[in-house]
Amino acid sequence: MVGLVVVSHSRDAAAGIVEVAAQMAGEDAPIVAAGGGPDGGIGTSAPRIESAIEEADDGDGVAVLVDLGSAVMNAELAIETGDVTARIADAPVLEGAVEAAVAATAPDASLDDVVAIAEGAYDSRKL
Amino acid sequence: MTEHADESEAVREAILEAADRIEEKRTYLTDLDSAIGDADHGANMARGFGAVAERVEGMDDADPAEIVKTVGTTIISEVGGAAGPLYGGSIMSASTALADGVTAETTVAFAEAYLEKLTDRGGARVGDKTMVDALTPAVHTYKKSIEIDGLPPVEALAKAVDAAERGVAYTVPLRARKGRASYLDWRSVGHQDPGATSTLILAEAILDVAVEHLDGDVERDARDPAVIRAEEEGLDLAEAVEDEPEGAE
Repeated sequence: MVGLVVVSHSRDAAAGIVEVAAQMAGEDAPIVAAGGGPDGGIGTSAPRIESAIEEADDGDGVAVLVDLGSAVMNAELAIETGDVTARIADAPVLEGAVEAAVAATAPDASLDDVVAIAEGAYDSRKL
Repeated sequence: MTEHADESEAVREAILEAADRIEEKRTYLTDLDSAIGDADHGANMARGFGAVAERVEGMDDADPAEIVKTVGTTIISEVGGAAGPLYGGSIMSASTALADGVTAETTVAFAEAYLEKLTDRGGARVGDKTMVDALTPAVHTYKKSIEIDGLPPVEALAKAVDAAERGVAYTVPLRARKGRASYLDWRSVGHQDPGATSTLILAEAILDVAVEHLDGDVERDARDPAVIRAEEEGLDLAEAVEDEPEGAE
């Protein structure tokens, strides 16, 4: 199953988004939060994202959802330095995480499928 | 002792000097960042370079490339903002350019690799009001001064530092289009970019240590007049840039 990592500047926000996404995908879904900087404060951390990606991977790859600026750069760095196949989904972080979590539960869903569906979250209007 | 022991010693000295200056300027960087960003640049850089100093101090037998790589990996693990991947990731990648030691040729290669990695990672271009505005003219000036003008590295470095300084002044009247300041859009105009400023602080530290190790006459003859005026009159650079004195051309 394709794994998911949620990267946010806030540890609480990442954990909360994982909570919302996991509700749709089931408790066993491999969704891991990587929120906060090296000291746990507001920020992001490449080593933390790298270990979250390793934790979320069961061999089918990992889709990474990110919030602002340094989240994108640190996720790229974590993917480059790590050994797991992972891709960043260019999507709003919460909506994309929910879409990706549901997509990952489909039988035979590939990493590319999950990322594409997460990126489709851009098209969902609220009003 | 390694093949490049003297070079390693100079590199470590430059890194420790850079760490000291970042610590000294911690509040200044944070003040700049609170005006147009998330007010964490001083703390992040001081934390990162504090850890760097601790790691590098003990690297007695390491080659320059190894020392510089450690600077990069330490910043990646310790710095939580965009400065982590931008400084850390780019220094780490560029460190391989110093595999054959620290020479005019390898330092040009290092500077170019660092600029390329940093602009790839951050996606900022000159004029976006970021560290790229200080870094690009510095790297271009360094390369040109060595490869075209045939200047000794320390003189080339002095010209590069002047170019970085002009780049910092240039960020003041610009609208931010990348980084956290871009959320402020037009309200970012009139403020000095903190990332460009920390880039200049690091370049100055490298120059001042290089002067002690290399031959060459350093003339800081291309400094930004607004920076000089800010220093002399105790003004903020942004004030000095925005209010040219009467009679100035």
